[in-house]
Amino acid sequence: MTETLIQGLLLGGLYCLFALGQSLMFGVMRLTNTAQGDFIVLGAFGAIALASLVELHPALIALVLLPVAFGAGYLLQRHVLNTTLGRDPLPSLVVTFGLAIVIQNALLEVFSADPRSLDSAGINTRSVVVGDLAVGLLPLIVFGVALAATAALQLLFNRTALGRSFRAVSDDREIAELMGLDAKRVYAFATGIAFMLILVAGVLQAMRTTVSPSDGPLLLLFAFEAVIIGGMGSFWGSFAGAMVLGVTQQIGFRLDPGWGIWFGHLVFLAVLVVRPQGLFPRTRG
Amino acid sequence: MPLIETSGLQAFYGDAQALFGIDFGLDAGEVVAIIGANGAGKSTFLKSLTGLVKAPRDAIRFDGAPIGGLPPGDIVRRGIALVPEGRRLFPSLTVQENLLMGANAKRPGPWNLQRLYAMFPILEQKRREPATALSGGQQQMVAIGRALMSNPAVLLCDELSLGLAPIVIREIYAALPKIVAEGMTVVIVEQDVATAQQVSQRIYCFQEGRVSLHGKSNDLTREQISAAYFGF
Repeated sequence: MTETLIQGLLLGGLYCLFALGQSLMFGVMRLTNTAQGDFIVLGAFGAIALASLVELHPALIALVLLPVAFGAGYLLQRHVLNTTLGRDPLPSLVVTFGLAIVIQNALLEVFSADPRSLDSAGINTRSVVVGDLAVGLLPLIVFGVALAATAALQLLFNRTALGRSFRAVSDDREIAELMGLDAKRVYAFATGIAFMLILVAGVLQAMRTTVSPSDGPLLLLFAFEAVIIGGMGSFWGSFAGAMVLGVTQQIGFRLDPGWGIWFGHLVFLAVLVVRPQGLFPRTRG
Repeated sequence: MPLIETSGLQAFYGDAQALFGIDFGLDAGEVVAIIGANGAGKSTFLKSLTGLVKAPRDAIRFDGAPIGGLPPGDIVRRGIALVPEGRRLFPSLTVQENLLMGANAKRPGPWNLQRLYAMFPILEQKRREPATALSGGQQQMVAIGRALMSNPAVLLCDELSLGLAPIVIREIYAALPKIVAEGMTVVIVEQDVATAQQVSQRIYCFQEGRVSLHGKSNDLTREQISAAYFGF
């Protein structure tokens, strides 16, 4: 049982990384990014493509691509997604859904449908012995990155001027602009940061397993379930939601290899019915 | 030259016209009150001055320059700050964080956290509490402080007394002379005519989106104001 719990928490770390960008964008802009999973896959393929050009450690590949991801997110928000924001959530849903289709087809065209992975420099075959258990090094790293990213986001929100701006535009955009804030620029910063998280999730996913252009919707589903279970827009809530999802799936896998994903869906549906606002529904710092 | 001048200012909410050609002037260092019944266009007028409601560029001049229709951020950086109706503090920010939001305009001037805490000591005690957890009067102090943190040349106050007890209203208005003493020019939108006359040098009365009366506060009689306020 202890092993199942640990494996579930480690899997939850990956789901947390899938979910954090989604949580950030919803928390600041009330924007549900239905292309989240496809952007993760795009990040993974970007890293794989770079690795095929230059021989670099995956950590360095992520480091090189982080500014690119920030810039892409910033420009996408500034020039595309900002035009969809308003009282009606439908335009942003339609536009991100359209982006998901474009990304999937572009990846298919460029990389074909073959699954690919990123060379992890041996990290994914190493393990750490904890008591009687041998725990994979890569899942531990993923969990550590997820924990650090959640803490860093919460600190950014609570302790910095940028975080204050995020909360202010989320609370009352009109008054925030009256205070001299450029809300569209603040939104672009939020999406830039969300895309850095998306890239990290993509690189770690490609190190952990194979990725293919059609993986996006399933990753979106895991991200969405983690965010809903935890509570929309709450970072530690998303972390907790991801842990619940990971542990539940792992219990399902333990009972029957075909039940894991279903168990996660059942918990997600149960939370929607019993506590639709999620376990920790705090949107702001 | 007036510090703020509007000529024939019109404003719309969609197809509905809210202001019908407002001519208004405000000299530096003045305290001017705008009175009028609900729906008279007082708040819309202030929103037009601050860019929250669109206006033709030349219809509003600040320090001689046309500012109508500029984004709110540009207008606050030029030196016009608004204390909005209903205070509209940021609920997820603490008292101090709300005050710091006002400093985004980055204008030089005498107002900073220390000055504000000296004027409203209770805010220093409660600086780490969520702003919306404060009493209505304390929230109004935060809203005034937040606007002052931008070090404006003109402070626009929309219904400071809304929903507050008389003793709290007196406490809020007691701060006004200290603000004016810093050379601030102030516009107050107020439904309480007696308070408006007491704190201002001039009064504009709005009725159904038009100026129905204008004059020095001390010269206007109750009968004149009643006629202009209610339209009879």
